[in-house]
Amino acid sequence: MITLSINGEGRTLDVDPTTPLLWVLRDYAGLTGTKFGCGIAQCGACTVLIDGTPTRSCVLPAAAAAGRAVTTIEGLNRGRPGLHPLQQAWIDEQVPQCGYCQSGQIMAAAALLNGNPEPDDRAIDVAMSGIICRCGTYTRIRRGIKRAALAIRAEGANEAEDGATGPPGGGTDDG
Amino acid sequence: MGKWSRRAFITAGIAAGGIVVFGVAIRRGDLSPKIAALVADEGDSLFDVWLKIAPDNTITAIIPHAEMGQGVHTALAMMLADELDADWSTMRFIEAPAVGQYANYTLGRGFVMGDADIPGWLVDSVDGFFHTITRAMKLQVTGGSMSVRMTGQIAMRVTGAATRAVLLEAAARQWQVETRELAVRDGRVRHAASGRSATFAELAPAAAELPLPDRPSLKRSDQFRIMGTSPPRWDIPPKVDGSAGFGIDVRLPGMKHAAVMAAPVFGDRVLSVDPSSVQDMPGVRKVVDLGDAVAVVANGYWQARQALNRLDVRFGGSGNENREQGDIFRQFANALDAADSLQTDHESGDADAVLAAADEVVDAEYRVPYLAHATMEPMNCTAWVRDGYCELWTGSQNPLDFAHAAAEALGLETSQVTVHNQYLGGGFGRRAFHDVAVQAARIAGEVPYPVKLLWSREEDTRHDHYRQASVSRFRAALDADGMPRAWHNVYVNKYDPEEAPHIPYAIADQRIAYVESETPVPWGYWRSVDHSLHAFFTESFIDELAHAAGRDPYEYRRELLAGQPRMLAVLDLAAEKAGWGDGLDDNEGRGIAIHRSFGTIVAQVVDVAIFDGKAHCKRVVCAVDPGFAVHRDGLAAQMESGIVYGLTAALYGEISIRRGGVAQSNFHDYRMLRIDEAPDIETHIIDGGGRLGGAGEPGTPPIAPAFANAVFDATGVRIRELPVIHHDLGAAGREAKDVA
Repeated sequence: MITLSINGEGRTLDVDPTTPLLWVLRDYAGLTGTKFGCGIAQCGACTVLIDGTPTRSCVLPAAAAAGRAVTTIEGLNRGRPGLHPLQQAWIDEQVPQCGYCQSGQIMAAAALLNGNPEPDDRAIDVAMSGIICRCGTYTRIRRGIKRAALAIRAEGANEAEDGATGPPGGGTDDG
Repeated sequence: MGKWSRRAFITAGIAAGGIVVFGVAIRRGDLSPKIAALVADEGDSLFDVWLKIAPDNTITAIIPHAEMGQGVHTALAMMLADELDADWSTMRFIEAPAVGQYANYTLGRGFVMGDADIPGWLVDSVDGFFHTITRAMKLQVTGGSMSVRMTGQIAMRVTGAATRAVLLEAAARQWQVETRELAVRDGRVRHAASGRSATFAELAPAAAELPLPDRPSLKRSDQFRIMGTSPPRWDIPPKVDGSAGFGIDVRLPGMKHAAVMAAPVFGDRVLSVDPSSVQDMPGVRKVVDLGDAVAVVANGYWQARQALNRLDVRFGGSGNENREQGDIFRQFANALDAADSLQTDHESGDADAVLAAADEVVDAEYRVPYLAHATMEPMNCTAWVRDGYCELWTGSQNPLDFAHAAAEALGLETSQVTVHNQYLGGGFGRRAFHDVAVQAARIAGEVPYPVKLLWSREEDTRHDHYRQASVSRFRAALDADGMPRAWHNVYVNKYDPEEAPHIPYAIADQRIAYVESETPVPWGYWRSVDHSLHAFFTESFIDELAHAAGRDPYEYRRELLAGQPRMLAVLDLAAEKAGWGDGLDDNEGRGIAIHRSFGTIVAQVVDVAIFDGKAHCKRVVCAVDPGFAVHRDGLAAQMESGIVYGLTAALYGEISIRRGGVAQSNFHDYRMLRIDEAPDIETHIIDGGGRLGGAGEPGTPPIAPAFANAVFDATGVRIRELPVIHHDLGAAGREAKDVA
């Protein structure tokens, strides 16, 4: 048995705690948006946020995530209406092709924008080179990140004027 | 093959007066209740097997192709909607069931059974397609860049136009007017004189009672309203929030998980397996001996995987365990040396005589390795066998074939197998092969619950159906002006398509020939198939000839393409947009290549920079002429995708045989291009007219030679053997080295 905080929700699951978090999410928590690609932290399809840090869930024993906030693609825009700015930008730029790697791409991009609201190409390379896309959507991923960054900054400015709280943060704020 | 007795639904024809039109011939009553039950709901009006109109005025295209990121559902529905004059916002789609009426064969056979005259703009498609279907009749393929060219043209456009005609006819009867007094726009039929109008949904029940016309008129390209635009792709929203259902995501009540290991050596069999070695491990339920593989079924995938790693199993028996990659290339060289076994591929004039008499002869030998597909989603299939019935959930490029294969493995009829096709996490040709579905069906046949079989990345890399390794030798005779007068090319192993090694250049004396040389390595369609290697060979060698002649490689190609205005236009556009003559830094180089495949012409100009002895692809300028771009942004996306796929292979791609099996196993040793290495890509489209070409594959062939030619420009090193990563392009790189 293991208890995890997944997308802000406490989940107690009947699974060996040494099982990699990826399989706990997919086969036990029913969250299949996080993908299996390689099993050795080489492709990034399994990327989730753990306390806001992009993490390859295929090599992380679930026990290591206990007591920490796990965010998956399903919880990226939790608590907010509509789509996360990255998801909207991905649609606007028509980024995905087969789509299989895109959960990992979007989660890594969310972590990037949390720490760097205005990333340049170099920062995008550093943050995103861990996630392989076999359809070659890289040029559109780059555009999508820049578009989302603009949208988040604009939203932040509007909300500051309205006296609202900060910009969407990629779901890193769980407790 | 007795399953193919039904009459084809669709035939083609040419109308009098020289206007290109098509005919749909439907015998009423041929629409089987089975089809209606599979695709239509209560109140729907079904037109042929491709289109239904619902009472709420939604219009559904029924599409027999798999979505693997190429946007096929959107593009095909655009073709139907345009001919129908539908309102795009009311369009929907469903994927067609894996039954015979949706087979490519049925579509293709319609041509043969109908009028023999095929419109000129479809001849290439039909010929090429028929070449394939005469060899295999149980196909429902998404591949060969055929979806738009074949299904789009024949099923979607013709059915859209024919349905539009019966909707008009129904309105005319209802209002007691002539059809020529009616107009159709955005899903509504109008009679201007009386001010009457009706939606498609209002007219559909009456229209469905009318026979579809034999020869509906299709629009000219200047009449298109939807084709040639870029509506947002339908498959994208579920791909940004994790909700898109891939094969790997299927969940069924009581489902268990299986992991599999096939014999690492090609051709080996299971000699012994001891289930007791894992039966006490947590969650383990069963060990299944598949003959050439073993599988463990467990409650969870991780449990199955762990148990498989511990399973006591021995393989052997093929005698292939000492085969090495070097042996295979030696075998190929020997086969080429034995000139009497050559089979002619193309011959014109007398290349041997011209070569014998020539003052200047250039020769070169090229070599490419095996390649795996490496779809991001590893192979998987979920199967449930019960009550003499089998259901499969998987992402397939050929679901009908999967159903046949699973039925055969289980001793069932094909009608007792249902394939629920899911989104494909990459296809590239790999998901046309049914191996994983047969494994899943056989495992599920041994247990009373549904089983999801998932391959590890290692299994996926080591048990692919590989793009062939090959060797290609060239000799060319140059005249006093440096122009080629004879072209002589012999290579190892020919698959498909036929024309892949052919060159577009005006060279009178040519001999292209090949030799078959079998290996135990399974072969498979890999994005652009034989074009992926031959474009590298021929477009590199023509570049060598240009340099041997002391000519600019772009101008040299121009001269040899003088009689081919479409090729020339594409070449010129790529060169112009790239700034072909513009200066470069000392460590940079620029290369060009052009290749026609699947009916589409693509030219690419590549800029590389050399750092630390390695080549980095900085920019690709791509010009493409597919005849007409049905979904413009989709075509651009496919060019970007094809370029990155081909560049990955050119730079890093190598599957090598060691001890009778595949040496590579995962992304650490079968390396992929990542975002920090990805070039800027710009795509420029020409609607050159004529036959429609494909989109998914033609972007791939030119990138390897354009890249290699740019490396030569930067370093003087001629890349005659892929992948490029094996070549040291450092300080010594200015000395051209012999890599053959």
